[in-house]
Amino acid sequence: MSLFTAEHLHKRFGDQVVLEDVSLAFESGAVSGIMGPNGAGKSTCFNVLTGLHRPDRGRVTFDGEDITGLAPDEIARRGVSRSFQIMTLFDEFTALENILVALPEVRRGLGRPFWQPRADAEAIEEAREVLAQVGLEGRAGTPAAALPYGERRALEIAVALAARPRIVFLDEPTQGLGTEGRARLSALIRELRHRYTLVIIEHDMGFLFGLADRISVIHWGQVIAEGTPGALRAKDRVRAAGPGRTP
Amino acid sequence: MLTARGKVPLVTRQMLVFFALLFSYPLWASAVGLYDYIGVEIAIWIIYALGYNLLLGYTGLPSFGHGAFLGIGAYAYGLSQLDLSGGVWIGLLLAVCAATAAAGLVACFLSHRRGIYFALMTIAFGQIFWFVAIKWHGVTGGEDGLLNVLRPELGLGVASISLKSNTTLYYFAAALLAVIVVILWRVLHSPFGAAIQAIRMNETRARFLGYRVWLIKWSVFTLSGAFAGLAGGLFCLTQESAYPDVMSLHASGFVVMMTLIGGGFVSFWGPVVGVIVFFLARDLLGSVTEAWLLWYGLLFMAVMLFEPEGVAGAWGRIAARLGSQKVAAPAAGKEAST
Ligand SMILES: Nc1ncnc2c1ncn2[C@@H]1O[C@H](COP(=O)(O)OP(=O)(O)OP(=O)(O)O)[C@@H](O)[C@H]1O
Ligand SMILES: [Mg+2]
Repeated sequence: MSLFTAEHLHKRFGDQVVLEDVSLAFESGAVSGIMGPNGAGKSTCFNVLTGLHRPDRGRVTFDGEDITGLAPDEIARRGVSRSFQIMTLFDEFTALENILVALPEVRRGLGRPFWQPRADAEAIEEAREVLAQVGLEGRAGTPAAALPYGERRALEIAVALAARPRIVFLDEPTQGLGTEGRARLSALIRELRHRYTLVIIEHDMGFLFGLADRISVIHWGQVIAEGTPGALRAKDRVRAAGPGRTP
Repeated sequence: MLTARGKVPLVTRQMLVFFALLFSYPLWASAVGLYDYIGVEIAIWIIYALGYNLLLGYTGLPSFGHGAFLGIGAYAYGLSQLDLSGGVWIGLLLAVCAATAAAGLVACFLSHRRGIYFALMTIAFGQIFWFVAIKWHGVTGGEDGLLNVLRPELGLGVASISLKSNTTLYYFAAALLAVIVVILWRVLHSPFGAAIQAIRMNETRARFLGYRVWLIKWSVFTLSGAFAGLAGGLFCLTQESAYPDVMSLHASGFVVMMTLIGGGFVSFWGPVVGVIVFFLARDLLGSVTEAWLLWYGLLFMAVMLFEPEGVAGAWGRIAARLGSQKVAAPAAGKEAST
């Protein structure tokens, strides 16, 4: 059974139908890709899966449990983590502090009485490891706002990883990166795939074809194609030869 | 926030400097033209403003009706003295409980709001409490308020001391303030302190990291109400009365201005500075002109225009320019950890 599934999701904003009968399944341990042109509904799909929006119809399950309509924090506490297309960092915190607040044991520390001394040396150690995973070990003390763009993108991912998630949704992690930045990110994801279950939105197919085990293509709010990169490439070639070619 | 060194000292060096000034104040106050009573007022308002800054500076939630909780604390203390004659400690305890309860109730209606809606709701609630204080004659004494709330003896277990003298009262308020500073520092360097700052910087991300944002906002609002209640109790003790004026919109505005002028967004000590500036302005400008508030208002506008991070922000920049990282600038207070 798949770790995370979406069944027949519908979502509309006012008159605009943004998701129409979207069904997806993400396997544990795999890298799944979601592809599609601008405005296709990819981010909205993530927003529905992670609890920001409640779907009008359909069901979302995680680890066999129905999580449809649960609040984002509730879903997050179950082990679903995500990054954002528009950078969402704690700008005045340092890179290390960004990771620290994301650690589940720091969050759980909220319930402890504040006067109790906390030995958070372990948390800091773990936070440093997370930073090292994305190559930011040298930036621990730099405020997030002061990091260069590419490193902010890396931190955006690291914060999602710090939550010790069972599945990670990355919304266009390559947005705004140049060729070199993309190459570095793709190398990073190749590393991470051994440790995490990943779902990545991307509208550049070259990037995903090299990384993903399975790819779903969303267009006008519908899943129009799905399969392994190889199968999709073959289909694409067939389509490219035909008349109905999309740019 | 969360210290990267793994340990939060109970008392920092900045605190020691502050405590030294605080407890030596009666010795040098008259030499610089000040007096004990204004010291008491300043100590009380610092408690109020530090608690308020949990909300404004750290969580980024602007409350424009916080005077309500100061007022409720003052009334609760006053009533306890008039109707129960329960002594200082019971009175202050009741003041804190009453203000906490009121803030907790209000927070239920506020905690899912952000920005302007949050601010407007705080004004609305502030006005409701103010209105009740004026109209509920039987309990609050209406516009005149509660009068003749005599200062009782302060019981300290083995002995009790009279608070009739302003100097004694000052030391009492200063001692409470010192305890509050230590507690607040702890709170801010706990995971809770990290969480409220995270919510200020990015509420969405905090929620997607599993934080129960509503509950945290509720807690911080209620907590800051508790500090306001303590300040209110002390206020009534000092003034020997409680009256609705402190709950009015313009009185609520004072604590906002103090916090901003001092630099509550960039420094733990910002509100402290802001309160001192306010009371010095009141006394110095007030001795020259009746319209001192006008000048204070202009000062406020000038600070917001030219130095939006307040005194603490300016200080931090100057300290940075002097190039010495060792200067323990108050502005480094929040980030002193890493
Ligand atoms: N909260 C919202 N309210 C109203 N309309 C929305 C909302 N969120 C998204 N939309 C609309 O839904 C459509 C799909 O948007 P979405 O952000 O999901 O696209 P996307 O596939 O992520 O595009 P991109 O590649 O540009 O990120 C767009 O037309 C957008 O304007
Ligand atoms: Mg998008």
